[in-house]
Amino acid sequence: EFRRFSLERSKPGKFEEFYGLLQHVHKIPNVDVLVGYTDIHGDLLPINNDDNYHKAVSTANPLLRIFIQRKEDADYSAFGTDTMTRKKNVLANVLRPDNHRKKPHIVISMPQDFRPVSSIIDVDILPETHRRVRLYKYGTDKPLGFYIRDGSSVRVTPQGLEKVPGIFISRLVPGGLAQSTGLLAVNDEVLEVNGIEVSGKSLDQVTDMMIANSRNLIITVRPANQRNNVVRNSRTSGSSGQSTESSLPSSTANIVTNFLQGEEESDEEDIIIEDSGEPQQIPKAVCASESLESLTQMELLHDSTQNGFLPSSETNLNHSAGSISMEYEEHHPDHKSLEDGTIITL
Amino acid sequence: MRRFLRPGHDPVRERLKRDLFQFNKTVEHGFPHQPSALGYSPFLRLMAIGTRSGAIKLYGAPGVEFMGLHEENNTVMQIHFIPEQCQLVTLLDDNSLHLWSLKQHSGASELQEERRFTLKGPPGSPPSTTQITAVLPHSSRDLLYLGTESGSVFVAELPSFRVLEDKTVLSEAVLQRVPDDYCNRRSCELVEALREHPKNPNLILIGYSRGLIVLWDLQNSQVTHHFLGSQQLENLYWQRDGSKFISCHYDGSYTQWPVSNDNRQPEPLENLVPYGPFPCKAISKIYWQTTKNGLPYIIFQGGMPRASYGDRHSISVIHGSQQTAFDFTSRVIDFFIIFSSEPTAEFDDPSAMVVLAEEELVVIDLKSAGWPAVHAPYLASLHCSAITCSHHVSNIPLKLWERIISAGSKQNVHYSNMPWPIDGGTNLAPDPPQRDLLLTGHEDGTVRFWDASGVCLHLLYKLSTVRVFLTDADPNDNMNTLGEDEWPPLRKVGTFDPYSDDPRLGIQKIYLCKYSGYLAVAGTAGQVLVMELNDEDAEHVVDHAEADLLQDQEGYRWKGHERLKTRDGPVRFEAGFQPFVLVQCQPPAVVTSLALHSEWKLVAFGTSHGFGLFDHQQKRLVFVKCTLHPSDQLALEGPLSRVKSLKKSLRQSFRRIRRSRVSSRKRRGAGGNTSEVQEANAKFDQDALQEMELAPVQRKIEARSAEDSFTGFVRTLYFADTFLRDSSRHCPSLWAGTNGGTVYAFCLRVPPAERRMDEPVRAEQAKEIQLMHRAPVVGILVLDGRSTPLPEPLEVAHDLSKSPDMQGSHQLLVVSEEQLKVFTLPKVSSKLKLKLTALEGCRVRKVTVANFGSCRTNDYSENDLAVLTNLGDIQIISLPFLKLQIRYPCIRKEDVSGIASCVFTKYGQGFYLISPSEFERFSLSTKWLVEPQCVVDVPELTSNNHVNNRSGVENATRKS
Repeated sequence: EFRRFSLERSKPGKFEEFYGLLQHVHKIPNVDVLVGYTDIHGDLLPINNDDNYHKAVSTANPLLRIFIQRKEDADYSAFGTDTMTRKKNVLANVLRPDNHRKKPHIVISMPQDFRPVSSIIDVDILPETHRRVRLYKYGTDKPLGFYIRDGSSVRVTPQGLEKVPGIFISRLVPGGLAQSTGLLAVNDEVLEVNGIEVSGKSLDQVTDMMIANSRNLIITVRPANQRNNVVRNSRTSGSSGQSTESSLPSSTANIVTNFLQGEEESDEEDIIIEDSGEPQQIPKAVCASESLESLTQMELLHDSTQNGFLPSSETNLNHSAGSISMEYEEHHPDHKSLEDGTIITL
Repeated sequence: MRRFLRPGHDPVRERLKRDLFQFNKTVEHGFPHQPSALGYSPFLRLMAIGTRSGAIKLYGAPGVEFMGLHEENNTVMQIHFIPEQCQLVTLLDDNSLHLWSLKQHSGASELQEERRFTLKGPPGSPPSTTQITAVLPHSSRDLLYLGTESGSVFVAELPSFRVLEDKTVLSEAVLQRVPDDYCNRRSCELVEALREHPKNPNLILIGYSRGLIVLWDLQNSQVTHHFLGSQQLENLYWQRDGSKFISCHYDGSYTQWPVSNDNRQPEPLENLVPYGPFPCKAISKIYWQTTKNGLPYIIFQGGMPRASYGDRHSISVIHGSQQTAFDFTSRVIDFFIIFSSEPTAEFDDPSAMVVLAEEELVVIDLKSAGWPAVHAPYLASLHCSAITCSHHVSNIPLKLWERIISAGSKQNVHYSNMPWPIDGGTNLAPDPPQRDLLLTGHEDGTVRFWDASGVCLHLLYKLSTVRVFLTDADPNDNMNTLGEDEWPPLRKVGTFDPYSDDPRLGIQKIYLCKYSGYLAVAGTAGQVLVMELNDEDAEHVVDHAEADLLQDQEGYRWKGHERLKTRDGPVRFEAGFQPFVLVQCQPPAVVTSLALHSEWKLVAFGTSHGFGLFDHQQKRLVFVKCTLHPSDQLALEGPLSRVKSLKKSLRQSFRRIRRSRVSSRKRRGAGGNTSEVQEANAKFDQDALQEMELAPVQRKIEARSAEDSFTGFVRTLYFADTFLRDSSRHCPSLWAGTNGGTVYAFCLRVPPAERRMDEPVRAEQAKEIQLMHRAPVVGILVLDGRSTPLPEPLEVAHDLSKSPDMQGSHQLLVVSEEQLKVFTLPKVSSKLKLKLTALEGCRVRKVTVANFGSCRTNDYSENDLAVLTNLGDIQIISLPFLKLQIRYPCIRKEDVSGIASCVFTKYGQGFYLISPSEFERFSLSTKWLVEPQCVVDVPELTSNNHVNNRSGVENATRKS
């Protein structure tokens, strides 16, 4: 169901009032719901306190899309960076309740008002010895915080074992993003950067590639410690609930497309300041109207069902899901980074 | 259907690409780096230079050039042309001999290596047995005499290099009839020199290092004469008639010996120490040239008094009462004399002396009074003072060209009028299609204008900016000011002078408007000079303005160098480009970008702190903009200055060393030393490598942020007449791009010409774009309604370009180090982009728009971007759709200075430094190709009698 109503931008009020308003508008006064919105980067982010509510209203341009889900069967993994670039899937999954109905997630922690900082992706298509890690620099103020070096690795070739040059992680900065994810470690060999193989490239080239992709860095590594690898056959023992074989092909396909979209999206963000005025994102399309209205219109989408699966894979692994959740806890609400536009002031 | 085809698979486009693009390294300009050997063929009138990296380069008449490279990349020790052949033999420091030939292919000559050979001794003999020290190509053209360290002379047949063992001259055979007391005192030791008798090819003179000289009869295999020298021998030279020869020695003396049938063991005629009586350095090479008037020319290298002038690199010329010791700026590698080689001529009559010094080639006219230098058409010392920047201007209008040449000719009055004496071969290359200028900025504050139209890069005009400033340099500090009676009679020759007195004078950016003759030059201490071409000398005051780029920043302290002090009052300038405006940036940081608009009479300049716009018509600063991030302490304080001051102190200590150094010049001594040094260096390199393996280099992976250092560094400035505010009115604009990925656009109001002096130029910031990837912006370009880059200022006024299309909408192209991006104008929204770094890991170092014409039809040409990356690749990228057309590997990625020095031309050629003194020229175009195309014909032999031929003698043993 869709609802559209307006709010005064300058006086958004408190979250409690807003929550009440939503319940009122949708005529569901006693149903617990999760509230989310799409931010300017196309991410589905939660609204559950005054701060992120105000933030959400301030980002309305001029519409603010709000999503509500019934709390008991909400899909937490739907929140986070790039979630709305996969909107079709989200919507498709959200709108088609019969498709892949599953038992509810075991909720490890509430995705309060934070965004993911990292994830393991493409587990299905990679060899078990490899790990593809995505670092969401954009969602955090933390430094990426790692160093790479030259080294040599041993490859199995038809001629036997062969020593070949490789790129390795040499250091993790304490407190940096890389270290806090727990997904990268010193001496992990870097195999790919955003889908491009690093073999044959120099350390400086790989450094430049990583920095150029730093807002959405996807590195494929061969972990030095191979003991924590995913063992695919015992997948069902995982608690992710995403293990049905039938979902694999589509999930893989999604990842591939998401990955590309995400990359395209992630730097379409140049800021233009016209005539010393307000900073703006450079519009990609010509549709955006220029003047900001004092009244914010909201487009609401109410849905009480939950989806089947999502390609985001942070819950694919037990141990990593745990560590990510921990990370979420300590990485408390901080949406400053959303305001990249204000870095530049005149 | 077209859009379903994958890019790059359109067969029509692929064919067109083949007609448009082609990569060639065409010619090397400048002076070979680290030359090590010199050879000359009076028969071919060609000169050959070998280098320490194993290159060999042949030069004849201007435009006649050949190059070869020894596979081994070893130092070329000696070069000898085979008499009356298009062949030469090189000796490398690995003791290998190489035979090279000039062969004709489809009308043009090519230099090819034919054969290589290493002399092998009998089994078990020490390596010194076969270590070659002297080479003599015999006038019979098929024998090569090889003197060795052991004292033996081996004979090899050409071209097979087969050793004729029965002809070997062993030192035992030579010593048979030498008196015992002489023999006991010294053994033969190594062969220093081999010289064929000028009249009788059956006799060769063999000189041994301990002083013994013998005349050897080749037919009877026996010694005919013994000359018992008492001094360590350096070199030998026959007089033309073969009645006398001259030997030169380690103690700075030379000796004349008579050769007659009466006395088989003659006493010396004359023994002289020209710069005695105090101990002198060795004379390493000597010529004795006869003339009609009877007075010989005695020309020798070295021999200076050891204590007071031992560090000079000199060659002395004595002719009767005239004596000059030419004092070279760097070590003399070798030299030769050009003289009459006609076998029938009675006298040598030398005409010119050609000297190869380590850093330059100097030719002295021996015919004209005062022995002036000859202006060389090639082998220019680009690095007289270190090159700090380059700027290329294509298609110079004839008028400006002539004015520059005329200004230059006034500077070159002290040169000889002699035509270039090395004139072998024929240049077949067509005349250059257009007049091109290459401008190089130098560390000493000069700008040199080179004719880059053809194969021979030569100096047209030299501009110095020093006159505007007060510097520490003492104008009286001139080593040349020696009085008339000074002894030795030293005279400084050559232009190589790498010692800049004030590094702040260094030129960093150059912009020449070829239509108006306005030139803007910017330097290391924030100085920006605007100049105008004047055909006369003039004395005038240079207007002076200051641009405070930190206007609104408080409480900083610039720790870098001070700005340059200016001269008060009028300054006298010679004809040529004369400065009329000086803008000094404050703080005086290096000027990092410069743009000149000669039609609007505006000059824009940027440093690490910001940028400014100056109206050089009204001589008024229009505005300044600070781009500095307040937290950027490094840029505030100016860290470069620390580097500079270190450099300065290094320079001073080098200068001290240079003045005090007593060069050890003896071959074995020097050879031994260099090899030791090389070994030590190699060891050091190895150690360094090992250390690197122990503690590998690591690289930090971190997203760029606004707080990074040097984000405010202004990388590029660009003037454009375009639609900045709305799509109905276009206006002049100034664009600036920074290291932090910011682009600023300023709307300019330039008064119309009739009120140009009355109303001020106004500027207002219209846009600011922050690229989210924050990579340095290296290029900004506006494309008109037809997607053609906007023309240069005054180009349309001179009918050399179509007017830009102001009807269709303009587009903005921003090139950062990481990606190329096209935006719409006037409303900036991103249209398309090409990512380089994210996908390939390469970064853009240089970018330019180049026009490529088809080699098939004259009526098709297109504009593309030529991009050089940090990996040394050149990519051609189409406009306006930013599609990669083709990629060529060009420069080694380790060659950072080569990549930094690269400059593209407007028609798809380019230059980069392959050494401090050499530009490699390359071409990306099928149409514009400047490369040597020449032929060397074997001149008809005037006589079958080789007895009188002197070429074998001419290829004297190289000594240094």
